[in-house]
Amino acid sequence: MTDELYRRERFPSGLAHLGLDTVEREIPSDEPPALAANAELNWIGKAVPRWDAREKVTGTARYTVDIHLPGMLHAAVLRSPYPHARIKSIDISQAEATPGVQAVLRLFATDVPDEEVFVRYAGQAIVAVAADTPELARQVLQSITIDYEPLPFFVDLASSKQAVNATVYENSDLAGVQSAGLPAMATDYELNVNVLGPTNQHSRGDIHKGFAEAAVIAEGRYQTQVQTHCCMEPHAIVASWGGDALEIWMSTQFTAGVRAQFARQFDLPLARVRVHANAIGGGFGSKSQMSWYGRTAAELSRLAGAPVRLVYHRDEEQLDSGNRSSSEQALRIGARADGTLSAIQLQSYGSAGTAFNAGVGAIAAAMYQCTNVDTEHFDVFTNTGPSTAMRGPGNTQGAFALEQAIDEIARQLNMDPVVLRDKIDGSPVRREERRLGAEKIGWAQRTSPGADSGPIKCGLGMAQSMWPALVQTNAACEVRLWRDGRVEVLSSVQDIGTGVGTTLIQVVAEELGIAPELIQVRIGDTEFPSGPPSYGSRTTASITPPARVAAWRVKQALLSMLASNWEVSADELQIQQGQIYLQSDPARRISWQQAAAMLRTDRISETAGRGDDYAGFASHNGDAAMAINGLGGVQFAEVEVDTETGVIRVLKVVAVQDCGRPINPIQLESQVQGGVLMGVSYALLEERIMDTHTGLMLNPNFIDYKLLGLCDMPEIEVTLLENYQGLSATDAYGIAEPANIPTAPAIANAVYNAIGVRLYSLPMTPDKVLQALGTVRGGQG
Amino acid sequence: MEHHLATKNIGVSVTDKDRAVAEVLGPGPVTISLWVNGKLHELTVAPHTTLAEALRGSLGLTGTKIACNHGACAACSVWLDGMVVAACGVLAIEVGDRMVTTIEGLGTPEKLHPVQAAFIEHDAVQCGFCTPGMVMSCAALLARNPHPHVEDIEAALTGHLCRCGTYPHIVSAMLALSHNETDSE
Repeated sequence: MTDELYRRERFPSGLAHLGLDTVEREIPSDEPPALAANAELNWIGKAVPRWDAREKVTGTARYTVDIHLPGMLHAAVLRSPYPHARIKSIDISQAEATPGVQAVLRLFATDVPDEEVFVRYAGQAIVAVAADTPELARQVLQSITIDYEPLPFFVDLASSKQAVNATVYENSDLAGVQSAGLPAMATDYELNVNVLGPTNQHSRGDIHKGFAEAAVIAEGRYQTQVQTHCCMEPHAIVASWGGDALEIWMSTQFTAGVRAQFARQFDLPLARVRVHANAIGGGFGSKSQMSWYGRTAAELSRLAGAPVRLVYHRDEEQLDSGNRSSSEQALRIGARADGTLSAIQLQSYGSAGTAFNAGVGAIAAAMYQCTNVDTEHFDVFTNTGPSTAMRGPGNTQGAFALEQAIDEIARQLNMDPVVLRDKIDGSPVRREERRLGAEKIGWAQRTSPGADSGPIKCGLGMAQSMWPALVQTNAACEVRLWRDGRVEVLSSVQDIGTGVGTTLIQVVAEELGIAPELIQVRIGDTEFPSGPPSYGSRTTASITPPARVAAWRVKQALLSMLASNWEVSADELQIQQGQIYLQSDPARRISWQQAAAMLRTDRISETAGRGDDYAGFASHNGDAAMAINGLGGVQFAEVEVDTETGVIRVLKVVAVQDCGRPINPIQLESQVQGGVLMGVSYALLEERIMDTHTGLMLNPNFIDYKLLGLCDMPEIEVTLLENYQGLSATDAYGIAEPANIPTAPAIANAVYNAIGVRLYSLPMTPDKVLQALGTVRGGQG
Repeated sequence: MEHHLATKNIGVSVTDKDRAVAEVLGPGPVTISLWVNGKLHELTVAPHTTLAEALRGSLGLTGTKIACNHGACAACSVWLDGMVVAACGVLAIEVGDRMVTTIEGLGTPEKLHPVQAAFIEHDAVQCGFCTPGMVMSCAALLARNPHPHVEDIEAALTGHLCRCGTYPHIVSAMLALSHNETDSE
């Protein structure tokens, strides 16, 4: 025995396929013993079927759009047809007088003296109504009269950057500007026409000295487009006021987070707001906040005294549910003759539309070892819908530039890009990922650019990702054992398609030594202990450790009860495959159900919160912390470029990813495939197209906005590392975002390897390929 | 006749009977009969109500999902007389006496259709919103071709969109079914 609060434990450590070592950690004494490596476990590390798959394949899963409450009204939203206008008046009198219309809400007050009201993008909401039927709600919007004074606007980054007169905000407006990324205030900066910043700077060493030392310099201007989230389930909410309480059904990535936002907005105690999210049809970053539409639905419900359903149409999704911000990156990297980097200089601009924080991440400054670094970022406001976080925000845009520049350095030094990275990348995990990936894609057979004689050229390329291993410390889980032997796992954590519910079952089954069939997961409801958000690749890392801790404490309670009954010590009892037995006399045994039947009360329960990582955190700010090591990921792509048509086909992607301890390999494989496919789609097809003359989006639908279909998908080979660090009760971390970040640059590098010409702009469409090849001239250039 | 065949491919057959009915329908709400999952339902709908809306609304069959509502993602796929259609692109009043099969009519959580079981086994489901439509197209493919090759699966699922990226596992699920059938013969 050590002291009372802590004890020391030895944990498996290292990469499993290379052989494991152990590491000693001091852990709180009310947490379970070190968990063995997956090879020795029964449920963790196994492809246990997805917990909600049966409901999803039979259509019985209940999404927010499927919620129907008695007396429920339907909302519709009137949106601005102008990208920038002063609103002089809003007349809702006719709408209010229409029978069947139960509430009309102006989102702007036009009657405040001396206060001017502006809309800043086409599609911005102005009035919302709630009516008896969806048809009536939409129809009545036509009776609302708005007097607009159209104003000058810019919808593209390049023009807005050059603007002489501001078209989006004045300095005095900045306090109200929403952030597209990490919480930060736009007010901390000065606005220069439409440009804000520099908003993010990393500087170390002496950049001039660095370039003076360089034997080679790679310089390029990279552009990335606006991508929309395209969740299959649209943004949806049903809000219902009852007395002094608010009940919400919402397609959200963070039930507990939006509960706090609703409570603050309507001045309610946390306990008087309940948020449900049963099945959620994707989020990818866009469903993280209460947002104006959540607030509006709740307000309409309060005004009408009835539940209100607000569901976006697909065009509203494309215009106003968030997007990945665009970027323009001037990146210059210098390297010495031995490959070591001597200087990294990045000046980036990004537009998050009317939102702030259109960054390109810190990947350029942080992924590789380099003493002389100078990066700065500027936000450019445009008259377009506000961006929100989207799968690997910032680093996905940043990696497209950085990883091509590193490829270019390798070319100039006549070095293999993998060998170069072995020199400049300090991460041992990514080093091993490169080795495995190179082997699987057949890197050794890589030829020089243009080696194919015919019009179709093949190429291989690779790129890396960097993402912090995030943990939400405000994350708790309850485990209940009932007298019938059934176990419930409860948390407000939501499953947006990642399969977190399955991992909770696996962790609890493992700890209790019982079959998953006895365990029921109840999540997506804020009546249960607050769970983490499903963003930032942090859900598994945050909620599986408390689930195990709570299960372990329930087990201790059951065993203590049994031990006192048997007059033995609880330490002498073991559970295996649903049987509890005395270690010294295994014949003395009882089934899990029989033991549970002896409980004094109908059920016992334990709730545990997420403690600190056993080795501490690298940083901890509010509810969010960063583990000591980040998440590695390396991807290799094989492409085919038709030099006559300009069409790029991705034939194969090898993705080697790290997520700490993998809990469910098949679900992880699904998620990595999803990250890769979203990356291929980003690389080749997707782009929000704005008409610079009218300021309108030209492709706000699924016909003209191109998403990757099944016929265009490459073969995807996923390799998951088993990376043990002894950091928590489960030692598991995230994967969603790191799997998306390197795909586009890996493809771009493969395209270079195929045709010997580099593409600096996303998406890499046939016209850009032909222009780069010099086969066609003109166009926008 | 040629017109009839051409339209039948998208699941809308215009017969004289339909035309006669169409003339007396609307503009106000009309009462129609719909055969859904083997049962005859009577419902009153506005003439512009799509089959997807009628299924999800009046009939409470919410397994059919509306994701784009303009025939571009196939999430709302159902069968009309065994043929796959996008239910958002068919009006409820033009269904006539054709048999509608929805995801609820294919299998239940207790008694799964083989495609549903294979989707679970191969984890061909993530958020699940496109899944009912995917399942309907896969089941229709297997009904007409028990041993599909990759190309057949690709052809059958062209037009289906999935943002989570379930495509690879859907293909594995379907190939496993294709091979299972071969083994048992």
